[in-house]
Amino acid sequence: MTAALNALGIAEARELLARRAVSAVDLTMACLSAMDAGTPLNAFVHPTPDIALAQARAADARLARGEAPAMCGIPVGVKDLFCTRGVPSQAGSRILSGFRPPYESTVTARLWDQGAVMLGKLNMDEFAMGSSNETACYGPVISPWRRRGSDAPLTPGGSSGGSAAAVAADLCLAALGTDTGGSIRQPAAFCGIVGLKPTYGRVSRWGIVAFASSLDQAGPMTKSVRDAAILLRAIAGEDEKDSTSAPEPVPDFEAALGQGIRGRRIGIPREYRLEGMPAEIAALWERGAEWLRAAGAEVVEISLPHTRYALPAYYVIAPAEASSNLARYDGVRYGHRARLAQGDGIVEMYEKTRAEGFGPEVRRRIMIGTYVLSAGFYDAYYNRARKVRALIKRDFEAAFAAGIDAILTPATPSAAFGLGEKAAADPVEMYLNDVFTVTVNLAGLPGISVPAGLDAQGLPLGLQLIGRPWDEAGLLAVAEEVERAAGFVSRPGKWW
Amino acid sequence: MAEIDTETARRVAHLARIAVAEADLPALAAELSGILAFMEELNAVDVGGVEPMVSVTPMRLRRRADAVTDGGDPAAILANAPDAREGYFAVPKVVE
Repeated sequence: MTAALNALGIAEARELLARRAVSAVDLTMACLSAMDAGTPLNAFVHPTPDIALAQARAADARLARGEAPAMCGIPVGVKDLFCTRGVPSQAGSRILSGFRPPYESTVTARLWDQGAVMLGKLNMDEFAMGSSNETACYGPVISPWRRRGSDAPLTPGGSSGGSAAAVAADLCLAALGTDTGGSIRQPAAFCGIVGLKPTYGRVSRWGIVAFASSLDQAGPMTKSVRDAAILLRAIAGEDEKDSTSAPEPVPDFEAALGQGIRGRRIGIPREYRLEGMPAEIAALWERGAEWLRAAGAEVVEISLPHTRYALPAYYVIAPAEASSNLARYDGVRYGHRARLAQGDGIVEMYEKTRAEGFGPEVRRRIMIGTYVLSAGFYDAYYNRARKVRALIKRDFEAAFAAGIDAILTPATPSAAFGLGEKAAADPVEMYLNDVFTVTVNLAGLPGISVPAGLDAQGLPLGLQLIGRPWDEAGLLAVAEEVERAAGFVSRPGKWW
Repeated sequence: MAEIDTETARRVAHLARIAVAEADLPALAAELSGILAFMEELNAVDVGGVEPMVSVTPMRLRRRADAVTDGGDPAAILANAPDAREGYFAVPKVVE
């Protein structure tokens, strides 16, 4: 064995497990010790070694019987946003401290049914609201990556920062993330891994703590495009418990790989060429287009005219939905309740509980959402944003109707920044991180971030591909071509 | 459009049921105003004749039979409550 077991991806481990060359218990033990050593990263916030070992033993028994679904025996990490039975599920928030769900999310239940192994819960921005992991109640995740010649701690991105860091640092083989405005793709890009946001409705949202229900979607964060295909198939599909999960057939996404992309039409949206875009990002984007051209795709410029309105529309719609979804945290049924003073009534209980339980960014977004939904402003802000959203979706529909198969863009406007670097800045500056990813959530499309190179300081940069609705298979095939051409093999130097 | 003043910030905080100290209201108002200013960009878009988007995928939400499918487990429901007594969630007195 040349590589440590925890450094394997899903596909490689699956092959070794099937040949009985390694056991699920071996894989799990390797990950558990990597997690112990990886404590300084602050990625795993609720490790579950006992569950992991019990599931690994059960997986080995299934493998011995020759009954081996793709994820059987594969150790994964789970973002803290997923409810997992009996295991703390806090969404990175103090307001859910002590909460142990008596039920299991559909996505995680599907994984455990298929024999996957849960290593624990992964750190994240509070209620998935953030792009740097700095809003987490557990303190930020530290990226395994550092700038060349520097030991300044960097952000892994957010909100699925724990998931991205854990995969990049080989604490697990793969992880689950969720993406409302870029929360899978941006941290994947910052950490040099693959992150896939499926089409809205592809994956059940049941049992995932809701942020903005019309935008949220769970997806795989993995070490390769193939692994993303395997994990997506394992979690996708209609679910009776989520009325927005779609009755679409789930194809074998892996089968679409390796078929080549000759003749595919790839769009380059001119509106994504932002003023002041760093030269490295522009060059990487151009290189990506060249790779796809060399693979036989036709690369054409396209226009998505409403792109510049996506961020402001998102920052109306997402907080509006959040203010409604987060109304349930009232100190009555679960989680934190404030200590009350003599004579405090139920309103004081709500107000104190929510002031103590939510961090500043979550409070800010709830209040903005409350404002844009309040009488007199609903039309001016919320309805207008929903109309703009319809126009953004229409832009994509027009591009696809004109024969575009996938769209290539940068994943992020920069490489990872330092922890604390944007803390003092105006909240809007942090929001700009989502500039390339947020359109995809508004339009409900599948999007994937693929590591494609390093910047001058040695930090990963990603390219994003956006696909037609329900065409994750076609999207993954193009992504695999970028992965192959980029030949990205860089790993963070182990400092922890 | 609207600038959020201290009075509006107080009203929004109360609507959201989030306690904000009197001394913190001016800073909150300024912060919320900054975010609103960012949203004002939407006013540049011609949205004439456009219907607000209500659903990501053009699908009719599935219906199910109106039947009891779960329940009968008050212990599990109350297990996470900060205060539960005699099979109920307990809260401060609501009516005198």
